[in-house]
Amino acid sequence: MIVEKSLTSAQRDDLRVISGMMIPESSEYKVPGADDVAIQGDILATLGRDTRMVSTALDHIARLAAKPLAALDDIRREAVVTEFRVSGGLPAATLARVILQCYYRDDRVLRSLGLELRAPFPKGHVLPEGDWSLLDSVKARPTKLRGAKIGR
Amino acid sequence: MDCFASLAMTEERMTANKHDPVDVLIIGAGASGAAVAWSLADTKMHILCLDQGGWMKPSEYPSTGRDWEAKFYGDWATSPNIRGRPEDYPINDDHSPIKVVNFNAVGGSTIMYTAHWPRLHPSDFKVKTLDGVADDWPIDYDALTPFFEENDRMMGVSGLSGDPQSPLTHPPMPPQPLGLSGPLIGKAMNKLGWHWWPSDTTVATTDYEGRARCINLGHCTPACAQGAKASTDITYWPHAIRAGVELKTHCRVREITTNEHGMASGVVYYDQDGVEQFQPAEVVIIACNGVGTPRLLLNSASGKFPNGLANSSGLVGKNLMFHPYAQIYGFVKEPTDSNRAPPTCLWSKEFYDTDLSRGFVRGYGVQFGRGAGPVFEAVASEQKGILPWGKDHHRVFRKLNGHRLHFSAICEDLPEEHNRVTLDPVLKDGHGIPAPKIDYTISENSRKMMEHALAHGREFLETAGATDICTNSPIPWGGWHLLGTARLGTDPQRSVVNEWGRSHDVKNLFIVDGSIFVTSGGVNPTSTIQALALYIADQMKQRLANLFD
Repeated sequence: MIVEKSLTSAQRDDLRVISGMMIPESSEYKVPGADDVAIQGDILATLGRDTRMVSTALDHIARLAAKPLAALDDIRREAVVTEFRVSGGLPAATLARVILQCYYRDDRVLRSLGLELRAPFPKGHVLPEGDWSLLDSVKARPTKLRGAKIGR
Repeated sequence: MDCFASLAMTEERMTANKHDPVDVLIIGAGASGAAVAWSLADTKMHILCLDQGGWMKPSEYPSTGRDWEAKFYGDWATSPNIRGRPEDYPINDDHSPIKVVNFNAVGGSTIMYTAHWPRLHPSDFKVKTLDGVADDWPIDYDALTPFFEENDRMMGVSGLSGDPQSPLTHPPMPPQPLGLSGPLIGKAMNKLGWHWWPSDTTVATTDYEGRARCINLGHCTPACAQGAKASTDITYWPHAIRAGVELKTHCRVREITTNEHGMASGVVYYDQDGVEQFQPAEVVIIACNGVGTPRLLLNSASGKFPNGLANSSGLVGKNLMFHPYAQIYGFVKEPTDSNRAPPTCLWSKEFYDTDLSRGFVRGYGVQFGRGAGPVFEAVASEQKGILPWGKDHHRVFRKLNGHRLHFSAICEDLPEEHNRVTLDPVLKDGHGIPAPKIDYTISENSRKMMEHALAHGREFLETAGATDICTNSPIPWGGWHLLGTARLGTDPQRSVVNEWGRSHDVKNLFIVDGSIFVTSGGVNPTSTIQALALYIADQMKQRLANLFD
């Protein structure tokens, strides 16, 4: 089994900053940013097989920024992130996905979206039957089945 | 080491770990392997099935946990190359715009599929006669009809009989509810005057044969914790095992061996401890799908069969057909079912038949999608550039999440010999067995079909009031349907197996999976794959006295 190395302290700092840039806190929607301590903790605890790719992405950011993201002014930081999203390839996409998949399972975020805080199983969901009369015009169509020997 | 030295070593090893012979050895416990095992069980022959995977545990399926969506990107990814479970084998699909997806376990890819259940149409069996392309099948739809019906009963199908543009089916359970998304789709299709109908699916809408009814977990594709979605581990296999079929798991077959008469003599496999074994058999049946089957045949090359077993035609691995998916989706103002329902519920056959005015031959089925969960929505929309970073993220996400509708065209792929499965010269699986390599390009005819589908899918979405329209064409990880690489036919020079699934070259070797398709049709193939497996089993039973003549 491959043991993934964890992120360095500098990488964690950049991860937190870029997470907050991606999804900032919102008082309007009453949600934390993706740089929230609990969400960052979830990301780090569940990186698993994505660790190497995320590490590569963060190394790429470090090269573009030449210093910690937090130490850049807003304009420079935005420029670095814009370049990262253009040139980051699969590692950048993996980093974005890892942030999003942890953010959109956070209780506070799900509550804000009006979603229940639970796994789908075992409760499931109730599905309305819908208006079956919509199918009447299709039922009225003549049978059409190309190549059939005896109609159907 | 050359192949003859390798073969000689195999013969030595065979005596070291040799088992008692069985009458029938089935390789693969997925859709077709399970069906053929169950059907042959009433012969009371000694039947053994080997599968490289194991039994799945529904209590560990993704929908049982809060991280259900994230698992789809890792341990439950559709691609074996991403998933990387010990039961998976790697596939070099670098030279294909469509990546192979599958699942390896008892149940095979029926563990991980959408449960959409259309059949091939009668016209799909005679494309040469009707449209002058590819080849006709050596059997017709009517020959399979009783086996379609039997299979629908065994798998447990829900749907609405009477679709005027599909083969007549008799689903034993009522269709899924239309939900929130269904009426939105139906209204738009009615405005356009286009055909649509509730899909036949293998989702149980009532309690059925020991399976609990669907409770709308939503996340059907990566396995159903409720057991409402049919997979052969919970449909065919319990019956087959009760009838006396033996199933050994975590046994990966390396090669099929042959004797001095050119007949299959058994298989060499690695058991769950990785120890090489030899299992002699009177009859060998391959049920490993359109990639696994040619891989196994090519890995079974020997002095008598230097180009691979059953390959005198040179067609083993060739004519690979995937069904390129042209998907287009958008977001409506009304709420959709999102992740609160099975993902597929409706189909359309409006563009199924050839209409040369469209600029291409043959056609496509359409499968509509009800929506997606929040993580999937966020990831997909961010990648498409419609979900921004920064302060506008929250507003836009709330506009997108829970409002998605899909239109996915399953485009008929015609057979072309240059689309093929070969053995990778470098890549190997965990047992050192050469891995398959895919070389595949999308044909000009398929491209025109996909463009047509996207244009008409856009018309549908705009009629439904959708905005922020995006496409996936082809869906990159959309190689679900692995077809054509060991085709049926009456001419040994133009086919690998005869009209009832027996190898032209090796008289006790049969193939029952999707690799025997002659053409692909424009629908999900599993229903037809299983009907074919039951048909072949029935043919074998009728010919037991002279099976090898």
